[in-house]
Amino acid sequence: MSAIYILWLRELKRYVRSRAQIVASLGQPLLYLLVLGFGLGPVFQKAGNGSYLQFVAPGVISMTILFSATFSGIAMLWDRQFGFLKETLVAPVPRIEVMIGRTLGGATVALIQGTLILIACLLAGFRPAHLSLFPLAFLMMGLIAIVFAALGTAFGSILQDMQGFQLIMNFMVLPIFFLSGALFPLANLPRPLAIITRLDPLTYGVDALRGVLINASHFGFALDTSLLCAIAMAFLALGGYLFSRIQL
Amino acid sequence: MIQVHNLVKKFGDFTAVNNISFTVEAGEIFAFLGPNGAGKTTTIKMLTTLLHPTSGKIELDGLDPTIHQYQARRTFGIVFQDPSLDSEQTAYENMELHAVLYKVSRKVRAERIEQLLKRFELWERRDDYVKTFSGGMKRRLEIARGFLHTPKILFLDEPTLGLDPQTRNQLWTHVKHLNETQKTTVFLTTHYMDEADRVAHRIAIIDHGGIVAQGTSQQLKQQTGSESLEQAFLALTGSSIRDESATSADQMRQVAKMWSPRR
Ligand SMILES: Nc1ncnc2c1ncn2[C@@H]1O[C@H](COP(=O)(O)OP(=O)(O)O)[C@@H](O)[C@H]1O
Ligand SMILES: [Mg+2]
Repeated sequence: MSAIYILWLRELKRYVRSRAQIVASLGQPLLYLLVLGFGLGPVFQKAGNGSYLQFVAPGVISMTILFSATFSGIAMLWDRQFGFLKETLVAPVPRIEVMIGRTLGGATVALIQGTLILIACLLAGFRPAHLSLFPLAFLMMGLIAIVFAALGTAFGSILQDMQGFQLIMNFMVLPIFFLSGALFPLANLPRPLAIITRLDPLTYGVDALRGVLINASHFGFALDTSLLCAIAMAFLALGGYLFSRIQL
Repeated sequence: MIQVHNLVKKFGDFTAVNNISFTVEAGEIFAFLGPNGAGKTTTIKMLTTLLHPTSGKIELDGLDPTIHQYQARRTFGIVFQDPSLDSEQTAYENMELHAVLYKVSRKVRAERIEQLLKRFELWERRDDYVKTFSGGMKRRLEIARGFLHTPKILFLDEPTLGLDPQTRNQLWTHVKHLNETQKTTVFLTTHYMDEADRVAHRIAIIDHGGIVAQGTSQQLKQQTGSESLEQAFLALTGSSIRDESATSADQMRQVAKMWSPRR
């Protein structure tokens, strides 16, 4: 247990100490929030869908968590290259504990980032439907963070170099974001897109968050949460398996 | 304590370790001596669960590290040849993290850390980030960290590379002390013949992935009719210079590995 804690703590320390990175990683979601939130607002409203800012805020929060969580897992690449990964891999600690410590650390960082964006949303004029559901919103955010931190760990375990990093970012993480319904409503989509969005784990995260924050869930809370939990389990198992097989 | 039978490691069609066998007794200091690229680090990686052997059998304290990975890891400590510190944390934090991972009890932790940081002259810099350290300081920290717990087996992969003579001396004094008082089994690799001569009970000379001779320093000298271990070493491995840095072919292989489904 203490191994999990100390590795979790390390991820947190790294986060707190890299202030420049914090600011940089918040810039992108803020841009989406402000430009899309206010820029597409009038069109969205005319189409009879209400406020786009209200609609997109849960999407931007999910996006922040997605990027931050997967990135922290993939950042294992740096530990591999600078050598620290070895130190943890030969330690007399079951590798699954090392993996869980790292993954929970990454998930916690992502949750903090998501919370900062949630605050930014509130400042920009986002108004949640029920304040009483806020704790539930954090729970959902945490769940999304765990899902993608575990996925990031899985990627990080098989990545050997920077080219792979770019590939994963461009061909996995960006599509997961764009195909999740973070930016558009899931109702009345063309059939192929509807199918693809349903295969995207983030879809259920965004939808669950919309359910709790603006009372506008497409699939329903029960389906969203049970699917997210199942996906989290699956990704944790996958990440744990791939991590345990790392050779240096 | 360490038993190796017909150990082989291939990277693609390149054989880095070619069918080696040796035994290290409990309480023994055993040195692997060999030119760059001989396969020393690869052997250590297989012994310490970082790499799977292509074939062959290993036993560490009666355990097979390819099967009982976790149990095997509890038997040893290691100082790597390459850096393995967390440069975003301070020297003290690196020591603390290691102490937690290696289950050094909370009671002795602070005292041990202080003692070792002082011995390796890092105590004044304990709260500085490792990324601000010079190469020599990082190396000293790696070594101090390696002595934080007392394992049954201690692996030292070219521990003195880039160290000043004072620290080198400290290191070997400490290793000998551990070996005498705790009966720690030591498996080390080095480039420096005088070190192997001074500390090792037995020496194996490895070249091109194979063991070309093993025995005490005395036996190796007799076998080759040499005056010094250095002469014996050159007689056994030839005098051509080996290049350690990865060739461009190696780098290509790294990239190729990323694309292939299995490694
Ligand atoms: N992951 C790897 N992929 C391909 N070749 C490798 C790999 N690791 C080591 N080698 C090669 O194996 C040989 C032995 O390396 P190593 O064990 O590090 O030598 P030593 O530690 O004795 O200097 C070298 O030629 C090296 O280039
Ligand atoms: Mg080496």
